[in-house]
Amino acid sequence: MSADPSVFLMGEEVGEYQGAYKISKGLLDKYGPDRVLDTPITEAGFTGIGVGAAYHGLRPIVEFMTFNFSMQAIDHIINSAAKSNYMSAGQISVPIVFRGPNGAAAGVGAQHSQCYAAWYAHVPGLKVLAPYSAEDARGLLKAAIRDPDPVVFLENELLYGESFPVSAEVLDSSFCLPIGKAKIERQGKDVTITAFSKMVGYALQAADILAKEGISAEVINLRSIRPLDRAAINASVRKTNRLVTVEEGFPQHGIGAEICMSVVEDSFAYLDAPVERIAGADVPMPYAANLERMAVPQVDDIVRAAKRACYRTVPMAATA
Amino acid sequence: MAATSFTAAKFLAPVAARSGGERAPPLPAGASSSSFARAMRRGGAHHPRLRTALAVSSDVLAGNKAQAAAANPAVTREEALELYEDMVLGRVFEDMCAQMYYRGKMFGFVHLYNGQEAVSTGFIKYLNQADCVVSTYRDHVHALSKGVPARSVMAELFGKATGCCRGQGGSMHMFSAPHNLLGGFAFIGEGIPVATGAAFAAKYRHEVLKQSGPDGLDVTVAFFGDGTCNNGQFFECLNMAQLWKLPIIFVVENNLWAIGMSHLRATSDPEIFKKGPAFGMPGVHVDGMDVLKVREVAKEAIDRARRGEGPTLVECETYRFRGHSLADPDELRKPGKDYFPVSFYFFASLVKFLVLTRLSGEMENGIKASLAKFVAMLKMASNIVLMKTDEKSHYAARDPITALKKYIIEENLATESELKSIEKKIEDVVEEAVEFADASPHPPRSQLLENVFADPKGFGIGPDGKYRCEDPKFTQGTAQV
Repeated sequence: MSADPSVFLMGEEVGEYQGAYKISKGLLDKYGPDRVLDTPITEAGFTGIGVGAAYHGLRPIVEFMTFNFSMQAIDHIINSAAKSNYMSAGQISVPIVFRGPNGAAAGVGAQHSQCYAAWYAHVPGLKVLAPYSAEDARGLLKAAIRDPDPVVFLENELLYGESFPVSAEVLDSSFCLPIGKAKIERQGKDVTITAFSKMVGYALQAADILAKEGISAEVINLRSIRPLDRAAINASVRKTNRLVTVEEGFPQHGIGAEICMSVVEDSFAYLDAPVERIAGADVPMPYAANLERMAVPQVDDIVRAAKRACYRTVPMAATA
Repeated sequence: MAATSFTAAKFLAPVAARSGGERAPPLPAGASSSSFARAMRRGGAHHPRLRTALAVSSDVLAGNKAQAAAANPAVTREEALELYEDMVLGRVFEDMCAQMYYRGKMFGFVHLYNGQEAVSTGFIKYLNQADCVVSTYRDHVHALSKGVPARSVMAELFGKATGCCRGQGGSMHMFSAPHNLLGGFAFIGEGIPVATGAAFAAKYRHEVLKQSGPDGLDVTVAFFGDGTCNNGQFFECLNMAQLWKLPIIFVVENNLWAIGMSHLRATSDPEIFKKGPAFGMPGVHVDGMDVLKVREVAKEAIDRARRGEGPTLVECETYRFRGHSLADPDELRKPGKDYFPVSFYFFASLVKFLVLTRLSGEMENGIKASLAKFVAMLKMASNIVLMKTDEKSHYAARDPITALKKYIIEENLATESELKSIEKKIEDVVEEAVEFADASPHPPRSQLLENVFADPKGFGIGPDGKYRCEDPKFTQGTAQV
């Protein structure tokens, strides 16, 4: 926002409340109410306003309190933002960022816990990013804002509170990460585990557990869901020959399904075992704490899946 | 001028002002019932607190046609001819579209604008190049009025590579960046927030980026129909536009039908202009079949927005002569659906007259007054008869092009032969557009995957394939972006 005066932030509670999750703390004081706008509770309306402003030369950042509320505005994200550059044959580009927390939090119930990565990644014309660490968040958000196309930026509420070590390079004011490139968080040679957002942390923990049992897991932080870094995933699978995909969302037609198909298309001969898919349970998120734990992937599930891919005997059912 | 008729005079007092002209009296906080009732009859604000935002009716609603003719404001010859030419272009173009559709040159969904030309011409011809127009799927004529060449629009409809969107948009998605036509949206209500955003951008550029145009703020005009006025996004944007005082005009093209759903069947309160004051902005009703009246209202609303006084809601009573789209059999609007014999109404008014005059004892005194009353009742009855027997011919009689032609000739602004030469010129333009579109090539296969993104590699990867952030100039802020 300091580099480009045409960047502005709009959303519910981003100004005086300092952000529903305090993400935009201090921005109102620094940039004033003209550039940090508190909106009424009108997702369809203000998302459309953001898209119209982007049509006409500004660079809005539209915050959804959670991506569940983006469903009220999804017509604008898809029909007027994603498709416009195509429909106008390049005349109208839409440099807009839609950001907010995505996926399950703790005990918030079914209507506040859905993961929208698969929904938005399905649409041509959108770029979909999912940061994990602080470095990802900083670099990808800057890239998203500078990008001339609509970007859906899926954050995670529980990750807001986590701290990550960062290098000095990350703290540079122009630090940017490329869109469309995944990161190998941990090198390995026995099995590839792909994940994004909060699940990267779980995958790293699982990799530690697996290492103690002699299985060296390679963890890929996808970072970019659309475009998917097919090259990195396939290169990794060709090295390890086994794949476990991890995601928090519902399993049917999800990210894991797409990654599996990508590997089948490009590296089928290299697979030594069927691709394992870990996803959330195929039910709306329950409220009770123990049921919620069962509905979301846990570290144990990832460990078991990796072992299955390596042909160790493990029970199939999850234990609470 | 009777108090009930609409004139070009200032119908909108600035929001802060408490005193207005006779036409816009503020109601004191403890409004007495008599002043409130007076305001109600004048069609003013319903609630005593909404004193400054006016809902104004035009002559059509008040049934005051005789004064309507006298109230037509003066236009110069050049303006009149410009308006005439634009409306004829719209009409001839749409008629040609119908022909081309039935010959198979055009396909898919095509929605024609016949009959509504006065609204498009009246508003858009008063805008600058920098002002924006956002429309719905019925957008061919908005594109033409905004200055997109007829050949580009026709080629786009044929799906050729020379169309304004290279054939990728089609009938419902007309975009033109140089003319600031921001679409063409298939979803009704979708264009309204986008238009509000463009108005927001204009205001932002003026206030935050300090880029001012010479005339004031760049104005955005959003066109949409009566069906859209029941959609949530419409109300959300009325709220936010007034909240942030955006330079936008919401133009409702109320043609009484949303495909086959009559406006009266779909809406709890069919008077759409009254929804403006509910949000604190002026709501105006205007006869959308009369381009001069529309232009007067447009002038006021656009100038107001340019000065930064905020949005206006304008309801234009208009009619589409053809069906919803070229695929619509248009059965629900067949003449005779609500047919009542003229004689019934005549008889009914006669009986009413006799009963009332006998009851009031007027038969003995003031025959002339009672006769005038009878004539007025008969007029009203005939209005109802006409509207109920044949809506289509009622509005066909009010064809905006014929009306303007008549006005131009009567006011001696131009001769009939000059108008005929304009019509001939337009016909040639449209013929040429068809020939151009026919002769244009289809888009090449490679165009299928183009234009999905403005920057396909994403910001992070530069044109040389390397990461932008690895470019040593990047952190200095001088890297090529």
